[in-house]
Amino acid sequence: MIFLKLFITFFEIGLVSFGGGLGMVALIREKVLMNNWLTEEQFMNIIAVSESTPGPIAVNVATFVGSTQAGILGSFMATFGVILPSFIIILIIAALLKNFMKYKGVAAFLMGIRPAVVALVFGTAITMGLSTLFKMKVIGDEPAADIRAVIIFTVLVIIHLVYKKLKKVAPSPIIMIMVSAVLGIIAYSS
Amino acid sequence: MDKLRTLFLTFLKIGAFTFGGGYAMIALLENEFVSKKKWVDKNEFLDMVAVAESTPGPIAINAATYIGYKLSGMSGAILSTIGVSLPSFIIMFLISLFLDKFLALKLVGFAFRGIQACVIYMILFAGIKMLGQLEKKAFNYVIFGAVVISMVAFSILAVNFSAVFFILICGFMGITYYCIKRIGDKK
Repeated sequence: MIFLKLFITFFEIGLVSFGGGLGMVALIREKVLMNNWLTEEQFMNIIAVSESTPGPIAVNVATFVGSTQAGILGSFMATFGVILPSFIIILIIAALLKNFMKYKGVAAFLMGIRPAVVALVFGTAITMGLSTLFKMKVIGDEPAADIRAVIIFTVLVIIHLVYKKLKKVAPSPIIMIMVSAVLGIIAYSS
Repeated sequence: MDKLRTLFLTFLKIGAFTFGGGYAMIALLENEFVSKKKWVDKNEFLDMVAVAESTPGPIAINAATYIGYKLSGMSGAILSTIGVSLPSFIIMFLISLFLDKFLALKLVGFAFRGIQACVIYMILFAGIKMLGQLEKKAFNYVIFGAVVISMVAFSILAVNFSAVFFILICGFMGITYYCIKRIGDKK
């Protein structure tokens, strides 16, 4: 039953992924790849689309995957699933646990989670980079660097560092996506 | 009734125009509810931000449910949450209908191969930014290093180990660390 599967999977993502935004990317990626709902490349496309459209990434991915797997109803079930845990948890806190953040146990739990969330984001960048830039998914894979992609990645990093040095803020994701699209067209059409 | 309608429309607007995720939205929310309408006072807003950032799920959804509930109870929470998610839902649903055809265009396909490299860059730099915001103490670096290394190792060795377990294990390590420290402090 695909509708139930979509609902439960995205409910789980909404329930246990902390950090918001790209902080949630590790678990979302794991679930959509594991269920064969998206390939790594498709997932990356959706992340790029999410970053260029308004709204939370988790909701965007849920809506997209739900729709491609099971149409509008699937889309609704996945989105409802990813939102529901937040809704329930926040209602409980807002209505009953006014001092939620002040409980020592909660603070200690969150203290443990914070570095783990950052690590999951890094781990995702590394494994994603290995699998798409170097075609190395598991040990034993013959590494085959996609030279063009590696060059584009390096150029983006340099642009980021120079921009940050000059303007004191990081360049906006949308500008970087547009730059990378142009670089992609130049690199791959030649 | 008027308040409910305003809540819904305000969150609809925020859902439709906030690019760049949760943190960009916090500033917009503050401007809307604290500065302009004065429906939420500054301290309560800061409490809300702390809760929205610390609980699981998208920050935008957490904030909408919280503010909606505080201002108009259950119906406020429901309408605010629907309001903030509706624009993403509609936009992504429409995109899902034609993205494959769009990607099949040759030039678009090339562009997206460049964009895929950009996604790795974006996630890496989101991580670097989050690392910079982390409190500088040994506990954080130990957990960080252990999770990065084991996540990459499991992935390369094709071991299935869900991110859920990393999160739960590290949460309990936080509690253990706190308990040990408290026992140590008592002595």
